[in-house]
Amino acid sequence: MADLAHGKPGAGAALSGGHGAASRRDFLTIAGNAIAAVGAACVAWPFIDSMNPSADVLAAGAPVDIDLSHVQPGQQIVVLWRSRPIFIVNRTPDLLKTLQDTKDISLLSDPDSDVLQQPGYAKNWNRSIQPQYLVLVGICTHLGCIPSFMPQANSVSPGWLGGYFCPCHGSRYDLSGRVYSGVPAPYNLPVPPYRFVSKTVIRIGENPPDGGDFSLDSIEQI
Amino acid sequence: MSGTPSTVRTNNRLVKWIDTRLPIFSFMQDAAMDYPEPRNLNYWWNFGSLAGIMLVIMIVTGIFLAMQYTPHVDHAFNSVERLMRDVNYGWLLRYLHMNGASFFFIVVYIHIFRGYYYGSYKEPRELLWMLGVLILLLMMATAFFGYVLPWGQMSYWGATVITNLFTAIPVIGNPIHTWLLGGFAVDNPTLNRFFSLHYLLPFVIAGVVGLHLIALRQHGSNNPLGIAVKGPQDQIPFHPYYTIKDMFGLGVFLIIYAIFVFELPNALGDPQNYIQANPLQTPSEIVPEWYLLPFYAILRSIPDKLIGVLAMFAAIFILFLLPWLDTSRVRSSYFRPIHKWVFWLLVIDVVALGTVGAHRPEGAYIVVGRIATFYYFLHFIVLLPLIGWFERPLPLPESIAAAVTKKSGVPSASAQPGAAE
Repeated sequence: MADLAHGKPGAGAALSGGHGAASRRDFLTIAGNAIAAVGAACVAWPFIDSMNPSADVLAAGAPVDIDLSHVQPGQQIVVLWRSRPIFIVNRTPDLLKTLQDTKDISLLSDPDSDVLQQPGYAKNWNRSIQPQYLVLVGICTHLGCIPSFMPQANSVSPGWLGGYFCPCHGSRYDLSGRVYSGVPAPYNLPVPPYRFVSKTVIRIGENPPDGGDFSLDSIEQI
Repeated sequence: MSGTPSTVRTNNRLVKWIDTRLPIFSFMQDAAMDYPEPRNLNYWWNFGSLAGIMLVIMIVTGIFLAMQYTPHVDHAFNSVERLMRDVNYGWLLRYLHMNGASFFFIVVYIHIFRGYYYGSYKEPRELLWMLGVLILLLMMATAFFGYVLPWGQMSYWGATVITNLFTAIPVIGNPIHTWLLGGFAVDNPTLNRFFSLHYLLPFVIAGVVGLHLIALRQHGSNNPLGIAVKGPQDQIPFHPYYTIKDMFGLGVFLIIYAIFVFELPNALGDPQNYIQANPLQTPSEIVPEWYLLPFYAILRSIPDKLIGVLAMFAAIFILFLLPWLDTSRVRSSYFRPIHKWVFWLLVIDVVALGTVGAHRPEGAYIVVGRIATFYYFLHFIVLLPLIGWFERPLPLPESIAAAVTKKSGVPSASAQPGAAE
């Protein structure tokens, strides 16, 4: 009776049926352990899920409306949406001109915004819906610092046309949030989903009616 | 390979490699598989491991709850409501923790009464018992601190009443009271320190549980017969015999626990605690959680503030002296014709105290409370020493093996592992 072998102290069940055909005990052991593993996963899930954003946090991430009529030409305002800083810049024609400087474009890492860091409706030379208004998530794609707004020419280094400079590790972006090559940040600054609800009011967190279902969850990196 | 080769039974070479350098696998094998236990442990011996599992459940759920909780008088109550409504599975974590406290005490009280019935505190296990009483005290403190955190009416007024116990101390009582609260009444500093201590104490309990287990391993488990193990014929390995017995008991226990968590989550709590703390209004009746009621009844039964407080603490501290108050040399009440019945008098007495503690001190409850309080101390201070002297115990069996094989009708010479030398 092999089943009684475990009566001897120390001879564990795990040792029986080690060689040869799988025994009834092997089957029961594996089935029992498999059920236990499923049970453990079921118990673990509520604990893991409790750390995900709660209903109140998600509700606080609802779209916000911003009135742009108070933003002066050349000025940047920063608003919070989903606990993140959103940069909104009223770009003057002079500032927009820097985005088309061919010499400067050659220094950019992703000048055509090929990496998914913006909705389709902002994948253009100015990375916005209306070129005048830039809307960005103000978080450096390197390690999450907030880049400084440096619109003045030569304010960061000689030849600087205006853009963003991250004080943490020196990453640089132009005035549409496109990252320069040779800096630690790998990607352009993200553009959040937004749309114009009137001529001067934008709603951050909502795509235009024909703008698809872009969300920040799908981008390469925030 | 030089040195001691691994004794772990496995064909897995990685396990062997690790175990030769860091013998964690052979430690687990020795402690949880091969460890010899008396062969006659009954289901009352499940409650030690159940208590350990409850401690783990309380610590794990508590850590996740602390991620959502705000220990501030302006936010604590609302953060608990947010936990119940907005946090994913927050209701589950909280109900597991809330009811877990009750079930932890159920398990531990049964564990204590088991130890009392079978004389598990007697020489040489006195320190094992005393460490257990220390764990009970720490659990009570932890439960009290935890009950304050939701900042409901019972939290606030419970904290007020319990901390006021210290004002009964002559001369230094009032300064101690102020020091404990960090103010002149229960307020934000009190809540902050109670949260800190509520997080700390479970780990202190875990440490004392470690000492409890070291003391247990020194002389092994007691058993229902209360006689010492005389050799391998009296023992069976922990695995698979007691692993499977513990697992089965755990399954039954978890079913009952789950019924409360999912179907009766507030049955053991007080509805007053869903009203936010109001320092200007005392609820019409203040009662502690059920597991503290017997001691609360003793406090209220004595019409003097200082003596009442002393009696309440004495009711717990007297358990430290149990190994010396019980003068009988026979451990198990199975062989003690008088104590066997007196044991049940104590059980009834504690239940009566608990009932009294849950009711307003009026009429019959006052009388019953005083009689039960009197009996509680009479039991330990007078009856227990006397019974030990006068009682004539039944003859003890010669060994565990002899007793269990005779009872089950199996001839002792056949088929019993280790019987034939």
